[in-house]
Amino acid sequence: MNKQEEKRRISCIVCPLSCVGEVSIADGKITGMAGFSCPRGQDYAREEVTAPKRTLTSTVRISGGRLPLLPVVSRQPLPKDKIMACAGCLSTVAVSAPVREGDVIVADILGLGVDVVASRDMTAREEPPGGMMG
Amino acid sequence: MPSNDRTDVIIVGGGIVGAAIARELAKYDLNVLLLERHPDLAMETTKANSAILHAGFDASPGSLKALLNVRGNELFRQLQADLGLELKLTGSLVVATSAAEMDAIGELYSRGGENGVPGLKILSREQVLDIEPNLTEQTLGALHAPTAGIISPFGAALAFAENAALNGVKIIRECPVTAIAVTDGRIAGVHTPHGFIAARFVVNAAGVGADTVSRLAGDDSFRIKPRKGEYLLFDKKASCLVKTVVFPTPTKVSKGILVSPTVHGNMFVGPNALDCRDADDVDTSAAGLAEIVAGAEKLVPGIPVGASITQFAGLRAVADGGDFIIGPSPAVGGLVHAAGIQSPGLTAAPAIAERVAAVLRDLGLEMKPNRRFNPVNPPRVLFSELDAAARQALIRENPLYGRVICRCETITEGEIVAAIHSVCGARTVDGVKRRTRAGMGRCQGGFCGPRVTAILARELSLPVTAVRKDTVGSYLFFDKIPRLCEVDSR
Amino acid sequence: MIEQAYDVVVVGGGPAGLAAAVSASDNGALRVLVIERDRELGGILQQCIHNGFGLHRFQQELTGPGYAGRYIRMVGERPNIAVLLDTMVLSVAGDKTILAVNPRDGLLKITAAAVVFAMGCRERTRGAIRIPGSRPAGVFTAGAAQRMVNMEGYLPGKKIVILGSGDIGLIMARRLSLEGCDVKAVLEIMPYSNGLTRNVVQCLEDFGIPLHLSHTVVGVHGKDRVTGITCAKVDDALRPVPGSEFDLECDCLLLSVGLIPENELSGDLGIEMDGLTGGPVVDQLRQTSLPGFFAAGNVVHVHDLVDFVSEEGETAGKYAARHACGLSSSVGRLARIMASDGVRTAVPQVVRLDDVRTAPVRLYMRVARPERRVTLRLLSNSELLLERVLPVAKPGEMVVADIPADKLRAIGDVVTVVLRRQGGEQGE
Repeated sequence: MNKQEEKRRISCIVCPLSCVGEVSIADGKITGMAGFSCPRGQDYAREEVTAPKRTLTSTVRISGGRLPLLPVVSRQPLPKDKIMACAGCLSTVAVSAPVREGDVIVADILGLGVDVVASRDMTAREEPPGGMMG
Repeated sequence: MPSNDRTDVIIVGGGIVGAAIARELAKYDLNVLLLERHPDLAMETTKANSAILHAGFDASPGSLKALLNVRGNELFRQLQADLGLELKLTGSLVVATSAAEMDAIGELYSRGGENGVPGLKILSREQVLDIEPNLTEQTLGALHAPTAGIISPFGAALAFAENAALNGVKIIRECPVTAIAVTDGRIAGVHTPHGFIAARFVVNAAGVGADTVSRLAGDDSFRIKPRKGEYLLFDKKASCLVKTVVFPTPTKVSKGILVSPTVHGNMFVGPNALDCRDADDVDTSAAGLAEIVAGAEKLVPGIPVGASITQFAGLRAVADGGDFIIGPSPAVGGLVHAAGIQSPGLTAAPAIAERVAAVLRDLGLEMKPNRRFNPVNPPRVLFSELDAAARQALIRENPLYGRVICRCETITEGEIVAAIHSVCGARTVDGVKRRTRAGMGRCQGGFCGPRVTAILARELSLPVTAVRKDTVGSYLFFDKIPRLCEVDSR
Repeated sequence: MIEQAYDVVVVGGGPAGLAAAVSASDNGALRVLVIERDRELGGILQQCIHNGFGLHRFQQELTGPGYAGRYIRMVGERPNIAVLLDTMVLSVAGDKTILAVNPRDGLLKITAAAVVFAMGCRERTRGAIRIPGSRPAGVFTAGAAQRMVNMEGYLPGKKIVILGSGDIGLIMARRLSLEGCDVKAVLEIMPYSNGLTRNVVQCLEDFGIPLHLSHTVVGVHGKDRVTGITCAKVDDALRPVPGSEFDLECDCLLLSVGLIPENELSGDLGIEMDGLTGGPVVDQLRQTSLPGFFAAGNVVHVHDLVDFVSEEGETAGKYAARHACGLSSSVGRLARIMASDGVRTAVPQVVRLDDVRTAPVRLYMRVARPERRVTLRLLSNSELLLERVLPVAKPGEMVVADIPADKLRAIGDVVTVVLRRQGGEQGE
């Protein structure tokens, strides 16, 4: 056995079967897979090991809206290891109402080529910003 | 801080006893100050006890407990209308399940007679089961006391305090007494974090802290041993298995684990009795909760444990002598104790207040009647109990009465705002709960808690992060804190 | 007092209520009203800002607000649907008179030809599960905390322990991690997580948050604010194992320990309830035991997917509209669905059988415990109505199966639903 070989357990999330398989890696390359019962699971495991991605959802501050926060979502999945950095970035962002669902809130976040967009409409309101009592 | 007027009496402690004393002294032309260390009144023993208006057959004839229980029961019934007290005279039963217990309730019956308790009767098994069909099959008979009842203890304390404040008593909260100044063997005043307050008399109504307060003045004449009792409270929708207060036959140390309705229509069981060292240990335990359920099951089988909505513990302030300690300090002039007020202290409170007033008079305090004393509290709006026309009129006048904040108890924003802005109003989420019942229902504030927090913030002009649950440091929420970002957003 | 009359009144403007209103409008109801107690429509979806909604219903992955937005727009496009926001229903009478209140109109007396209950559910609290200890600030239900974090802009704490590994608990673990909180652990009293594997992976494993299965909280510490909790391992009877206790330092305990259908209004009417689901007993039209009263969504039984909630709302809205138009939904005999042998609940609890009904009947079931390779069987009059092999079945995920229309005639008074392990053994 290759001394460099590493085994990683991966819980597959593709279907309700939830196979838990093992991926063997040596010199940064996948050398083997066991425990996944279908090709989709193997594809998932391959991506999880090589380039895992996650959709990011969070909130940004919004002024003049019915609520003080606007929920946002990354339009495509982001590299998993950049998720915390992107969340940190979003926590400093503030926009103004009105906003429509799908409006770009942060374009090309951290230069990763992915836009973060509003996930709901937020109409402006004339009274002072709502918060909990609305 | 208080005005520059001379303070005649400082009451230390804003539980039911301190509040009743404050209201009693408000009947006189005196400058009275009530100091409470917590953000609200009624936050210790007064908020966590059996909430029973006792008839008065338990205590030994001639004891202060016996005397003041019977008198207090009578006073509460007289005060109900004036103060708007939540009180129901349900009557109580002491249930006997053995021949020995039948003998014991016979003794209670005679003792009650000596204590002057009206209307006591020994009921047969059939008569008891007719009143309370869910009692144990082992029931042989019971002592029935028609003058016993149930009451909201913190409601009563707040009502006394409100009336006291309306009649000129100053109430300062979050104001612990840190030291007591004694000059030539007499009270000179008290030190607080807000400064020194000179006063001629100090009334010690500090509950489980009464011995500590006494020692601050150099009087080491008694000890308070906190004795914990745990309770379980059930959802209104769970069938309330009893209509009256149901006690087991008492033992020497305790009245036992009882089953009772509350004035708000819930059922509760408890308490057990555990001596504890800390005067602030109100933790519940799995063993204790199991104990009270087992105890209650002996009286009323089929306690719906799954329908419990909350559990809590309270401390009884047990003095080493066993009886109440009411009277002048043996060591310090001008210090008057109202200490060791364990059960039946809630019931006795207005009678304790009368007695403390008499003691102060005996000690030379001049007590001219306060001609402007108004014994009546302004009525409190209870939206859920109004008819349609009254509700409609109320909402037209103030639209906030049209927004229901607590869904379980149907409490409106108007009632919550009124509770915040009333005399001695709510400053905390639990303070709102104690005054309005918002958050007391089956969801236990899960839905309305954050909204009540927001209303408090708005009405008291505080940031949401400065709103507290109950105690001085019980902040509820933190701000989301923005972090640094590597890129500019749009 | 303002008095209004509608064909169909929907109580609750979350996903079930919105779907019911749209469907009622599309199936012949001329005047439809949605009564919502919050300040806007959408219900709990508005605080569920994560993605993963709508794969069945819209064939794309949406966030909660995105999913709600689609239904809110559908409601807006139908001029015969009126909406009352910030309005609380105080009572519903058997004659379908509804008393409601709001700050703008005061009391409203609303009459309906048919009513759809869509009030959703509430969270089980600390009191209900009797966690001993002190009662400081910092103990919140996960959903209440979710609203604070996602809609109001406040955090419930900085160092968090979560009790309950259902999806809400898992989602909040990730959410608070993204907000910079230190999520110390998620505790689960059962030997398995009730959440989706995807959430265990993406909400816990991604952030290195430990999941302690077969553990629960046995003590809360702190006078003012939570300072820590004691947790312990539990045995097979879910009782804490003495000696297994350990402390976790935290300033916040979030509870994700179950949802309870919000049925105060239905209960007051005397509608027949199902003790296991916590909701009313309904037939496949989502009509309750009281004719003209329908129910849909989490008020009936707690769903796993909002898509099924919408589906149920559409059914209830459709038959409420038909009822309002004078087409009674109360003809034909009823058969009881009895869940047993590893199946905990089945909805609908009754099937209405009349000669004209030819649509298959869809059952939503929850299993009692995790199973692998079991057979789901529906039987009536010892005839097999349906048999389906389930490669995997989890309590947290609903099992959905249709009784084919051509089998409906074979149904007697009772349909039993069972799980069989391979080899015919019971799925116990």
